[in-house]
Amino acid sequence: MQLTNRSKVVVKKEMTFIERMYLPAIFSGMFITFKHLFKKSATIKYPEQTREFSKIYRGQHVLKRDEKGAERCTACGLCAVACPAEAITMTAAERKPGEEALYREEKYAATYEINMLRCIFCGDCEEACPKEAIFLTDRKVDSFYTRKEFIYGKSILVEGLESDKRVDVSVRETKAVEEFKKQKEFAHNETYDKNKKKTVAGH
Amino acid sequence: MTLDFLIYKIILVLIVFSITLLVATYSTYAERKIAAFLQDRIGPDRAGPFGILQPLADAVKMFMKEEIIPNVSNKALFVLGPGICMLTACMTGVIIPWGKSINIGGTDYPLQIADVNIGILYLFGVLSLGVYGIMIGGWASNNKYSLLGAIRASSQMISYEVAMGISIIALVMTTGTLSTGEIAAQQHGWHWNVLIQPLGCLIFIICAFAETNRAPFDLPECETELVGGYHTEYSSMKLGLFLFAEYINMFISSAVIATFYFGGYNMPLIGRWVHDPNVLAILGFVFLFMKIVGFIFFFMWVRWTLPRFRYDQLMNLGWKILIPLSILNLVLTGAWMMRHEIINYFVK
Ligand code: SF4
Ligand code: SF4
Repeated sequence: MQLTNRSKVVVKKEMTFIERMYLPAIFSGMFITFKHLFKKSATIKYPEQTREFSKIYRGQHVLKRDEKGAERCTACGLCAVACPAEAITMTAAERKPGEEALYREEKYAATYEINMLRCIFCGDCEEACPKEAIFLTDRKVDSFYTRKEFIYGKSILVEGLESDKRVDVSVRETKAVEEFKKQKEFAHNETYDKNKKKTVAGH
Repeated sequence: MTLDFLIYKIILVLIVFSITLLVATYSTYAERKIAAFLQDRIGPDRAGPFGILQPLADAVKMFMKEEIIPNVSNKALFVLGPGICMLTACMTGVIIPWGKSINIGGTDYPLQIADVNIGILYLFGVLSLGVYGIMIGGWASNNKYSLLGAIRASSQMISYEVAMGISIIALVMTTGTLSTGEIAAQQHGWHWNVLIQPLGCLIFIICAFAETNRAPFDLPECETELVGGYHTEYSSMKLGLFLFAEYINMFISSAVIATFYFGGYNMPLIGRWVHDPNVLAILGFVFLFMKIVGFIFFFMWVRWTLPRFRYDQLMNLGWKILIPLSILNLVLTGAWMMRHEIINYFVK
């Protein structure tokens, strides 16, 4: 069965005398590498120079607070379920009266940990979150000497209360994204059905 | 032999030795830089300006690393291996004519440590001793990869030494001498041997690559198949000596190629402008060095261009192509030298 037009028939042909001499091939190869001597190097000298990130680069996560400074996360666990790397763990707790300023929902995450060594920065947690609580940002995860240090708890993940410590995720939180998020389940099911029909029709 | 002479020789030995080490040290740096440039990278640039102190950092690293001698190895031979490699690598430098003699106060001081009249034989003897270091090291490690690397090294050495030797015989026929000093002196002006012996030169260069275990002939240490080849079990400075010996060999090979085929310390046309023999001698040294640096660059350039040979290809190339070619070269050279006699024979 032919899947693409890219397949090539392998022919084991004898090399001609010139080819068997190797020297012309060697010289052309050396000419090619010599040309690279004068090309611009692609290196980015990292600590001094940094690569320009795309606007929606997926780096270290942030747990957002709402406008009043209450944590948005309700410890529903959807992100942990969505995570393909099983990097997220959390324990839920009930909000006590008087803690309304701290937590937006009645249930909140008492602990919330992401193992940055397991995380593949796919952004599925962000997709899954119904509360717009978790976002990936364009910050890089630091390097450490021990594995333990890579398990980021709430102290690192939750953004600061003060306005200057808030993490701006507006590029990721556009109207379209929010709208899409609302519709996602619906739209996803629809395409899924369409595909199903197609495959059925194809048979 | 006066005391003067002895002191002069000792000084010369020390200078050549330190230059060899210095060049080998900076070859490691140059190798990494050239590899980087050929691959559109920058290479080491953190230690000092342009990474110029990188070899020092490497050396410090090598010395600080833990010294591991495998329990199952033959300890004495294990230590001896890299030592022999290093020793033989350094020994070949003595017969290279680094320049014409310098005249100080009426006495001639030749810039060659030992102008023995069998220089080429000495060179070959020492070169083939070099593989003993690899073999002893590889065998003493008591590791199959090391042993395989050592076997490959020795069989490669034997195969390519034959072709190299025959191509050199042709050179000896045309020059009529086994002394390296004389070969260099004969190539004044444009009388470079590469123009007389182009095929022999090509064979010699290819064999030099094989003898120094450089890519594309680096099968004894090919990482993809043999872990590290003969130096798999080595660590710390003993590994460093093995790697270092390779660079020294490369330097010496470049010097030998330059001396045998590319005019040694001679440079065409320079005699027109410079007449003072001392200045000429020093300039000759500079020219030889330029040639050597050029060849070292060539060695590295080839390494970062060509893929490694397969083992059967290596043997085929050695036995079925290079040796017949070098014999052909020998016959052609002989025929050319006897052309008058041959023509006379047929014309009469
Ligand atoms: S980005 Fe992907 S892998 Fe990382 S925590 Fe979120 S869902 Fe898991
Ligand atoms: S971050 Fe979002 S998805 Fe994850 S537990 Fe909190 S509210 Fe649920």
